[in-house]
Amino acid sequence: MEIKLTSPIEKSRLSELKAGDMVSISGTIYTARDAAHKRMEEALSSGRELPFDIKGNIIYYMGPSPAREGQVIGSAGPTTASRMDKYTPRLLDLGLGAMIGKGKRSPEVHEAIIRNGAVYFAAIGGAGALLSKCIKACEVIAYEDLGTEAIRKLTIEDFPCIVVIDSTGEDLYLK
Amino acid sequence: MREINVSEITNKIKNMCISVNLDLSDDMKSALKQAEQEESSTLGKHILRQLDKNLEIASSESIPICQDTGMAVIFLEIGQDVHLTGGSLEAAVNEGVRQGYVEGYLRKSVVDDPLIRKNTGDNTPAVIHEKIVDGDKVKITLAPKGFGSENMSRIFMLKPAEGIEGVKNAVLTAVKDAGPNACPPMVVGVGIGGDFEKSAIMAKQALTRRVDKHSDIQYVAELEKELKDKINSTGIGPGGLGGDVTCLAVNINTYPTHIAGLPVAVNICCHVNRHISCIV
Ligand code: SF4
Repeated sequence: MEIKLTSPIEKSRLSELKAGDMVSISGTIYTARDAAHKRMEEALSSGRELPFDIKGNIIYYMGPSPAREGQVIGSAGPTTASRMDKYTPRLLDLGLGAMIGKGKRSPEVHEAIIRNGAVYFAAIGGAGALLSKCIKACEVIAYEDLGTEAIRKLTIEDFPCIVVIDSTGEDLYLK
Repeated sequence: MREINVSEITNKIKNMCISVNLDLSDDMKSALKQAEQEESSTLGKHILRQLDKNLEIASSESIPICQDTGMAVIFLEIGQDVHLTGGSLEAAVNEGVRQGYVEGYLRKSVVDDPLIRKNTGDNTPAVIHEKIVDGDKVKITLAPKGFGSENMSRIFMLKPAEGIEGVKNAVLTAVKDAGPNACPPMVVGVGIGGDFEKSAIMAKQALTRRVDKHSDIQYVAELEKELKDKINSTGIGPGGLGGDVTCLAVNINTYPTHIAGLPVAVNICCHVNRHISCIV
């Protein structure tokens, strides 16, 4: 009953997902938290490019703990998504496919999700050790000075998520 | 006068920072196991099972239970017959936090100024609460606090006429607003009475009490049980995705207050409720 997905991901594939579906994602995703979102917003506002192509891609709201020797990454669970709400509609309008986080989203984000046929996934909050096992590669690609808040490109394998807001705006938290 | 060199405190705090982020206390572990038994929703049960697995991996592979290894909150109960030597106590505490977070591969989540927001790079400073008590020992309690749940905490300055029903409403309001953001199942710390800041400190301290122990005051113990049931009937459930187990415990501390006031602080904590104590 788990739906397998590969990222980057087509909008047509996202539209098949329904709130409450359990999915497992493989492929490439990018991390960004508060400080990275602020910088991306500043980049857009001054006419610069984003550090990665967000079209059809997935942003994971996550700032890991440091990796020990021999580990790809440290603990790596989701952070609260609502802190990114202020920046999210603009990114969705530019083609961002989906987001992974935890917690409620604002009405503006709901509208932008529907407008763009995007999806909001939740990963299990507080399961950072377990989730780190699904991360096979990790590379800082921008804003390195932000430490844990830098943008990382992750290669993931069977990363478990639940569809919270589907492309029609149906919200599992409100059910 | 018993002399204690502050370097001893640095060492203890360093080791506590590392171990508290890899292993939950036994009472928290059994509460989570019991929750798994009690949960009737399939998705809820699945999430609780994953959390259990997460704890195993954290402990056996030394990966922090949660990537948010918190801001270090430290309660120091200092015996009045203790003479601290070897330097500043505050510096010694922060040095312990620094060593623990750097050497323990823990996340550095503290910024130097609330508005300028530059990461301090070593998770210092800690939030330190000191209290002078009888005796010749120092008790250290460390409770790293993640901010997903901290951000959902609230203070209500109620009117005395609102009474116990007002208190129940306040706690339920905070918990419902927190919902999935606070990584349920939660532990809810409540401080009733005192003044504005006393209630908040009591609420935080209540989170460091075992989740299988109720208040010694009978009516408070009953209020803890009633609120736990009420919270669990909200249906928020594990991960906020629906279910029976929304909270593992409600711990309440009380203190005398002013004739005109009824402060109620609700400090919400997630299932990664980390706390550890030691006596020097
Ligand atoms: S609220 Fe707790 S479990 Fe959730 S991310 Fe923060 S520290 Fe981790």
